[in-house]
This record gives sequence, structure tokens and C-alpha cells, in this order.
Amino acid sequence: MVSKPKPVKPLDGVKVLDFCWVVAGPMVTKYLGEYGATVVRVESSKRPETLRRAAPFKDGVDGINRSGYFANYNTDKYGITIDMRHPRAKDLILRAATWADLVTENFTPGTMERWGLGYDELRAVNPEIIMFSSSMLGRGGPMESQPGFGPVLSSLAGLTHITGWPDRDPVNPYGAYTDFIVPRFATAAIVSGLDYRRRTGKGLHLDMSQLEASIHFSAPLVLDCSVNQREQGRQGNRDPGAAPHGVYPCAGDDRWIAIACVSDQQWQVIQKQVAAGGDGWPYEERFATFLGRKSEEDELDSLMSQWTANWDARELMEKLQKAGVPAGMINDTSDLFQDPQLKHRQHFQYLDHPELGTYATERSELTLSLTPGGLERPAPLMGQHTEQVLTEFWGLSQEEYQSLKDDGTLE
Amino acid sequence: MADQQPSSSEYLLSPYRVLDLTDERGLLCGKILADLGADVIQMECPGGSPARRLGPFSEDDVRPENSLFWWAYAANKRSITLDIETVDGANILRKLATEADFLIESFSPGYLSGLGVGYADLQKLNPGLVMVSITAFGQDGPYADYQATDLVGMALGGFMSLTGDSDRAPLRLSFPHFYLHGSAAGAAGAMLAHAHRALTGEGQHVDVSCQQAVAKTLAHAPQSWDIEGVVIKRMGVFRQTSADTKVRVNWRCKDGYINYMLQGGSVAASTRALLAWLDEEGMGDDYLNEINWEELGYGLVRTEVMERIVEPLQTFFESHTKEELTQGSVDRRILLFPVATPQDLLDHPQLEARGYFRQLEHPEQETTVTHPGAFVSAMGAAQTGPSRRPPLIGEHNNEIYVEEMGLSREELSVLKQGGII
Repeated sequence: MVSKPKPVKPLDGVKVLDFCWVVAGPMVTKYLGEYGATVVRVESSKRPETLRRAAPFKDGVDGINRSGYFANYNTDKYGITIDMRHPRAKDLILRAATWADLVTENFTPGTMERWGLGYDELRAVNPEIIMFSSSMLGRGGPMESQPGFGPVLSSLAGLTHITGWPDRDPVNPYGAYTDFIVPRFATAAIVSGLDYRRRTGKGLHLDMSQLEASIHFSAPLVLDCSVNQREQGRQGNRDPGAAPHGVYPCAGDDRWIAIACVSDQQWQVIQKQVAAGGDGWPYEERFATFLGRKSEEDELDSLMSQWTANWDARELMEKLQKAGVPAGMINDTSDLFQDPQLKHRQHFQYLDHPELGTYATERSELTLSLTPGGLERPAPLMGQHTEQVLTEFWGLSQEEYQSLKDDGTLE
Repeated sequence: MADQQPSSSEYLLSPYRVLDLTDERGLLCGKILADLGADVIQMECPGGSPARRLGPFSEDDVRPENSLFWWAYAANKRSITLDIETVDGANILRKLATEADFLIESFSPGYLSGLGVGYADLQKLNPGLVMVSITAFGQDGPYADYQATDLVGMALGGFMSLTGDSDRAPLRLSFPHFYLHGSAAGAAGAMLAHAHRALTGEGQHVDVSCQQAVAKTLAHAPQSWDIEGVVIKRMGVFRQTSADTKVRVNWRCKDGYINYMLQGGSVAASTRALLAWLDEEGMGDDYLNEINWEELGYGLVRTEVMERIVEPLQTFFESHTKEELTQGSVDRRILLFPVATPQDLLDHPQLEARGYFRQLEHPEQETTVTHPGAFVSAMGAAQTGPSRRPPLIGEHNNEIYVEEMGLSREELSVLKQGGII
């Protein structure tokens, strides 16, 4: 049988020894795998990582290989299980470090060092190794060992403070929000590090504080405070440069449309869409100017809501967009799977998994014209590739593998 | 931290030049590459980038040189002005692109091709060029020509359906994030394309969809629909974790707000530490203490249990300040954090100890300004982070056009008078 040549991926040949867990780390190594790197993920079956125990589960039944959350972020990785507290674990990992180009981890600082596997130890066996460490608050400093994760970091990074209605308490931006901000910075930094090594022959230890990276998502507000001594608060959905600018109800249960009118021309389009005949509330004098619409914004929003309430959200979005007004339906998570643009981009890709069956995972938001990358293998079952990785990738003999298995180094 | 002081003046991306044509929709992409050490030339239209119209403004003085949005995302770049809609401007852009390693742009799909400087045109002049296009929905497809502001993008990306109080409209953040997600992804895409170029010499076009970038920030919510058929709903200070489980996230304390999620599984130790703290202060709750947190998975607290545990915790939190709760949690390794304000960040002891914020000289303001610092440290091997204040409009026209590109002063003068530069 003649098989088609495998498409080239930009990170073909890059070998990653991956200790990352939960989301902020595994999303990074998912990008690396998607673009060609060989990623070997080290896990413990005695102490399974958080995401393997996180909902949603196939058929609602909790199980180590049944989490859809884990399955999404661990595609194209080889899964191995090692008891890192076993006395022989250290030597095994140091052997793997001679195979690896990159070691990734997002433990609390000091964890890898306690195993005798800090950057200095890794560099001693492989001077060109790149180590990527990502933690909540970075290495050093009085709070380096403070445990944490994305949902709380979103608050610490100042993002909860700016999410909510002015007359109510703040609410978190949904989910482990910063966990999805940090990986893009991390991936750019890691691939830059690989290039630095290619050019200079020097290894590196990259240290990322997830807090410090996340602050770049509110940098102008931090500057506002440092320069003007002002703290911007919560504004609901309003925007200082636009009116109307809000989310308005549509026909059906919990259906909504976002409309952002940023110019007089767009306002004129809205006038005609609401009342083609040239009369009615949109033509009232008080709404004719931006100043007027701003000063009457509560009333304007309430009238807009009355108008949108009878519309189907998608129909109204298409109508307004056709006429040149920025508008978007509020896609809920089921809508995302039907969204024509996301379908066009093949945002969700389906993989077959022994326990989950066919499941949806998210493709990269990047389309590279020459080396598009791709998701090919589902997330590993716990320990699925231990034997293969040790004997084929790391070159251990069958006897060595068996001995590590027998004495409990391998779980 | 001592070892954050780099031992050399070398940066990770020192050899590379980036031509940055983006406006407010893409500035962060080039900023990330600049902080990694690339030479990023920000191209502005004569009169200045439209991003300079975005507030807040230094001293509330609304003018292009005072936009803090610009300061934040143009710091560490050099600025030239060029009207690429003119024949001369397009020619100069072609020349610059011939010498560049990366070109980043955030125009509507097809705009640059219409001027004869799209990827297909520039690739012929510089086959190694990596071009990154950051748009709301990508270069083609049914929404490619849709108008997208931040609000519209956050709506179509699925973020808003999950955020906000259940009795009001879905919410965005009160600061635009839609294009930032795509811009940050663009920086990763630029480097991935570069990795291929380093092996083969071939450049390529990286097409970024901000909608997809936002749709990848929704944690497990899309999987809940795919696997369980559950549409996760926004729940205000609570967060729905599955069909019948939820967790409270945000709480009021004596002088502000904090973030704390009572959970089991891998964070059971943190939960036990908080419950012990309640006991110490005589505010312990038997119902809470008797739950087997160690056996409970993460995100698996049932709705009725969560309703029951709110009151004792709320009473405890409201009897303490943000500072007391934060420091007590550091001491006890509890997963509790303040809902920080910008001032809290500027005063944060960890950021201070790591020397995160950078003081950049702003001679026009006759002062130094505290800027956010490096998002990654190369731990002494190479430098990272900003060292240049944001550029003035066309500040480097002379430096780049005359000294580096070789235009004569006369030519520069003619081009300026023609409104091209």
C-alpha cells in the first residue's frame, strides 16, 4: 500500500518532556503537538491530575479516562505514568532529558528541584536543554509557593474587577480565564527559545509568571492608575465611544444580540431598520447626536430592547451586518457548534477515543498556509504509552523497562 | 530578584525585524515579539495610528501622544509614518517588506491585496517573509466581511453567554479583549511559521481568527455540550460546573471582594485549611467539616450543597479585610485571592519583589512612567521585556528611512510634503 507522505509540520522533530497539568500548561503543549512536536506527558496514576477528575464525563460517569475537559487539552500527546517519588524516578527522567529538547512544567516553584530535576540538574546531562516553567506568581519573591489556578488568578490579575454591572458586585470572567490568555504568550516564548538555541547552541530556562503575563490584558488600565491615579470600574456592556452599545433580548429563551453603533452613519442605518418610514422614536431629536444618545443611554437601551425583542437573533444579526452595523448574536455553547464561520474554519475537530467515543476538540485559531499542523491522536489513556516511550523513544531495553515496572517506578 | 538581571544585552529574538502594520486590533502581537527582542517597526498612517484615539489618556488630555492604550501596546517599538494607499507609499512598503522577517497586519481581508501589497505580492519579493493577518473571523468564510467590534466579537466567540448575572444580559469585560486574544495567538503563530522557515527558508501566511481564539477561552463549556448535551449558563458570582453542580467564585469581604472556590479533589488540602481557620475563630461549621472533600472530585459540589455552604463562609469573609484574608491564605496555603484593582497590582509584594514593573523615561512628560514588564524571563541567559517608551508619531522616520533604508534627506522631504510620510 502506498501511503501519502505525511504533511510537514513546523515543529517536526522537536521532543518535549511534559510535566504540565490542568490547563495553563497543557494548552501550551497541545499547540506544540498540533504543530508537530513529539510530546511525552508524564503523569501519576496514584495521584491523577485535576483535569482527569473534572467534569464533563462521558455518560456523566466519573472515570480517569472519561473527562472531556482533559481530552480536549491533551490531544497528540503520549501518556506515561511514573511515580516521581520513587528513588529510581530521577535517573529515568535524567535519561529522558538527554532525549528531550524541551522540558515543560507548571508546578509550584521548587517541585522539580525537590525531585532533583531542576534546570541545573537537567542542564548537567543536556547542556542545550530548554526548560519552560510556568507558575501562578513566578520564581522567587515572598509568594512564589502560593498555590493557585486560573479562576482565582483572573481575579488577582485585575480582570474580575472590570467585569460586571456598575450597580452590582463584580463577577469572574467565565472559567479559568487567564489559563487561556497565558498559553499564547508561552508558546511564542518557547518557540523563540528554540530558535535562540538553534542560533547560539545555548540552553535556557524560561520562567513565566502567569500573573505577569496576564497583566498585559489590562495594561492600559494599570497605566491609567500609575499615571492618572484612577481605577476604572465596571461598565456593564457600555463603551465610552459608542451608543447604542449593548446586548439586547431577542425572541426565545435567553436569546440575545450585541449591537455596537460606532458612527452617525450606523445610527442612521439603525433608524431605518427600526422604522423605515422615517418616523417613530429613533428619529426623536434627543437621539440625533452622539452626545444626545449618550446622555439618554438608559432610555435608548430600553427602546432598543423593545425593538429587538421580537426578532430572531440570527436574522437580525444578518440584517444589520448586511447594512453595515456591527452586530453579533450571543452564541451559547451549542450555537458554537452550528456557527457557520466556526464550521468554515473547522474549529471543532472530532477524534475517536477508546472510552469517550467520538469527541470534539478545538483546533488552533491559526491557519498556517504552508504547514497547517493538525490534531491526529486523541488524549492518551492513563499510562497508555509507557512501554512504547521508554523502549522506542528513550532506548531502554525490555529488561530495563520490566525492572522499572516491577519495582514500582512505573505506575 | 538577582538572577532576573540578564548577563548579556542579547535578547531571544535580537536578529529579527518585524514590520507592524496593525491598528488597535493587532498591536499586542508586535508588542510580544518586541518584548522578546525583535526590532519592531510600527507603521502608522500620517497623523498617527487610529489606536492613538483610544483612552484612557495621560492626564486626561485627549491627544494622540497621550493615549495609554497606545502606550501599553506600542512601547518597545519604533514608529514610522506611511500612507500605503499612495503609489510611493506602496513602493516603500514593498521595499521594507523585502528586508523584513515578519509582517503583521490587521486590515479587513483583501485590503492589502487591493493595494498590490497582499501576501501573494510580497511573497514574490521576499519568499522567506512570514506574514501574520489578525482579523475578527479569518481571511475567508461567511463572516469574513462582518463588522466586529469587541462587543460583537465577544458575543460570537461564546464568551458572553457564560459571563454575567443570570437575571441580566450576557456581559463582556469592561476592557476590550476580543482582538487581544487573537493578537497574542498571532505572536505564537509568527514563531511557529518562523520555526519552519528556519529549517527550509520558506515563509508563509498565518491567518488568525479572533473568534476562534475567544472560543478557546471557554474552559470545559463546549465539551459539556458535546459530551453531555448541557448548555452551561452564566451564573453571576457562581460558576456552573456541570448540569447539577456549581461553585461560588466571588465573595464580598469587609472592604472589597475576594475570589475563593470551595472544592474537593486535588484542592482538598486548601479547603481543609480554610475550614480549620473558621474553627480557630469559633466560626466552624459541622456540615462543612463532615463533607469528605478528599474523595470528592474537582467541580463536583452539588448545587444544594453549595447553597448550604454559602452562609457560614460569607459570614467569615465579611468579618475580615481583603488584606487579612489574602495574607492568611498565603500563610495557610489556601487558594484564596483578592479581586485586585489596578492599584493592588501596582502595590503587589510579589510583583515588587520580582521587579516586574519597568520605569521607562518619557522625556515629553518630563517623568518616568511605570509600565508592565516582561511576560517571561530567560533567567539570566538573555534579556526580555520593554526598554523603550512608546514612540511618538513617526519618531523614527529619519532613522529608518534615511539612515537604514538609504532614502536621501531630499527624498524624505518630498515624501513628507506629498503627505506620504
